[in-house]
Amino acid sequence: MELILAIGIGVLTASGVWLILRPRTFQVIIGLSLLSYAVNLFIFAMGRLRSNAAPILDSAVEGADYADPVPQALVLTAIVISFAMTALFLVVLLAARGATGTDHVDGREG
Amino acid sequence: MTLADHLAVLPILLPLAVAALTLLLDERRRRLKLALSIGTSVVLIAVAATLLVKAGASGAVAATYPLGNWPIPFGIVLVADRLSAIMVLVTAILTLFALIFASARWARAGVSFHTLVLVLLTGLNGAFLTGDLFNLFVFFEVLLAASYGLVLHGSGATRIRAGLHYVAINLAASSLFLIGVALIYGVTGTLSMADLAARIPAVAAEDRGLLNAGIAILGVAFLVKAGMWPLNLWIPGTYSAASAPVAAMFAIMTKVGIYAVYRLSLLALGPDGGASAGFGQTFLLVGGMLTIVFGSVGVLASHATPRLAGFAVTVSSGTLLAAAGVGTPAVTAGALFYLVVSTLTIGAFFLLAELVERARGGEEDVLAATAEPFDEDDEDGGPDSSAEGGLVIPATTAILGSAFAICAMLFAGLPPLSGFLAKFSMLSAMIGTEAPSVITAPTWTLVGILVVSSFAVLIAMVRTGISIFWVTMKDVQLKVRLVEIAPVTALLAIGVGLSVFGGEVQAYMEDTAAALHAPWGMIDAVLGAPVVGGGSVSP
Repeated sequence: MELILAIGIGVLTASGVWLILRPRTFQVIIGLSLLSYAVNLFIFAMGRLRSNAAPILDSAVEGADYADPVPQALVLTAIVISFAMTALFLVVLLAARGATGTDHVDGREG
Repeated sequence: MTLADHLAVLPILLPLAVAALTLLLDERRRRLKLALSIGTSVVLIAVAATLLVKAGASGAVAATYPLGNWPIPFGIVLVADRLSAIMVLVTAILTLFALIFASARWARAGVSFHTLVLVLLTGLNGAFLTGDLFNLFVFFEVLLAASYGLVLHGSGATRIRAGLHYVAINLAASSLFLIGVALIYGVTGTLSMADLAARIPAVAAEDRGLLNAGIAILGVAFLVKAGMWPLNLWIPGTYSAASAPVAAMFAIMTKVGIYAVYRLSLLALGPDGGASAGFGQTFLLVGGMLTIVFGSVGVLASHATPRLAGFAVTVSSGTLLAAAGVGTPAVTAGALFYLVVSTLTIGAFFLLAELVERARGGEEDVLAATAEPFDEDDEDGGPDSSAEGGLVIPATTAILGSAFAICAMLFAGLPPLSGFLAKFSMLSAMIGTEAPSVITAPTWTLVGILVVSSFAVLIAMVRTGISIFWVTMKDVQLKVRLVEIAPVTALLAIGVGLSVFGGEVQAYMEDTAAALHAPWGMIDAVLGAPVVGGGSVSP
């Protein structure tokens, strides 16, 4: 499970970084989205990977046999924020396309 | 619970509530919105001043405020100490004058200006007051979201292009922030800054590399905001493209990154930080010096005044980062003094830059094109909307010229003004008149770079001043409104006032630096802080 998750995060990050460095605004926004997926998975993994662990700590749960809720709360916040920011970036992207007439990140070709 | 108990949360809640209120008001009721937002910043100045006095009187921490009344290491806590109080006060002052300046024309150049400024204020105050790493991220996002809107305020192709770069860079930096926070949480199991500082010395040796990697990645996210070379190539373009009051507000934005670097490096990586003590200090020192060099070269190469101001921001950031790299309490004290002076001066300089650029005939048509559609159904009417040029104040050139000269003196650090006092305080602490320690080669280099960079700033400012006030002014009738020149004068007057009360300010900064360099007082105060109702949960 760890290996699959690690490879997944790695592939997402690598694709994201490569796309951010591309000259078209659409590629940049997809790159940022992929990067934020990778980050979200990474935060989740920081709570340690485990199956069938209790989500909420109460007296019936033995010792440390529960899933860490903090990273899950963090991921939830991070997802909402990155979603909102992507939407905002999309608006700026469209405004830039309208104002400069090109989808190059520098506002001019070449 | 009295109002005094809620003092620490007021700087966050008040602007947020007023921002929500202004959103409900019709876009045309600008006078009311202006009055609300100016009232908010005046109240915040009072709150911050109270916190400042309380923090000065009570030692380490003025107030802790457990949000939601959760027991301390588990819940989010707001911590108002001397450094937070200083930053909140500077933010409120800068906002007040930027708002007054914007009321002349910029507030009309687009929608929701006051709402965005208030949300920015919420984010800034939250970032300065929070004692929790993830909460810091949330407030960073709040202030960034507002700043994205503000960068684009006034529209136009240049702003959109600069805004696009700004948003992309900050989104990438936010990802780094999250990776850093997640790594730190994964290793230490806590997000509370005070708890983190207490746990870092005990981190197992095999996890130390992972922890340091997390801190380094988090640091890179802060340094993008703070503007360390080579992560600062976006700063001059974005800052010079933004409208003047927004750029003045952004003078504090780079300082958020600086604040985070000072706060976390001194709290978690201080002498008590175990094997992580002093981690990244050399990097900050070298990076800071390179940033000063980059900024100085940029200042010398700039012709447009806003661009000059944009590079001045990087010089200021570089100086503060390098001072963090030296990392002795005396240098930190000088650096904090310099932080306050340079932030207010750069804020004033951005406002002034717009006034002189307008006289030179830049900017004007860009604004005229964007302000037009919003002027049509202005129910306020009155002289504001008709008098495009404004009153001709007698001796405008003289007032602008002296403001420019004072700006140059404050920023370059010429005696007798506070810019000199701050720089002198830093330099004398580095050379160490009383300390017997050997001055290292990097410190000598930094001293040299600081002196040369001040000289470079002076040359650039004098050259620009000559080309504006002695050459082009001969046949140009300068028109400036009172509400535009008054904020500049007031900000510079604060800079001059800081030199008059230099002794008191310096003493306060020394106390602040001492408390920052001995964080155990603060850590104990935060971890031992009571929750309301006296209930406590043993971990």
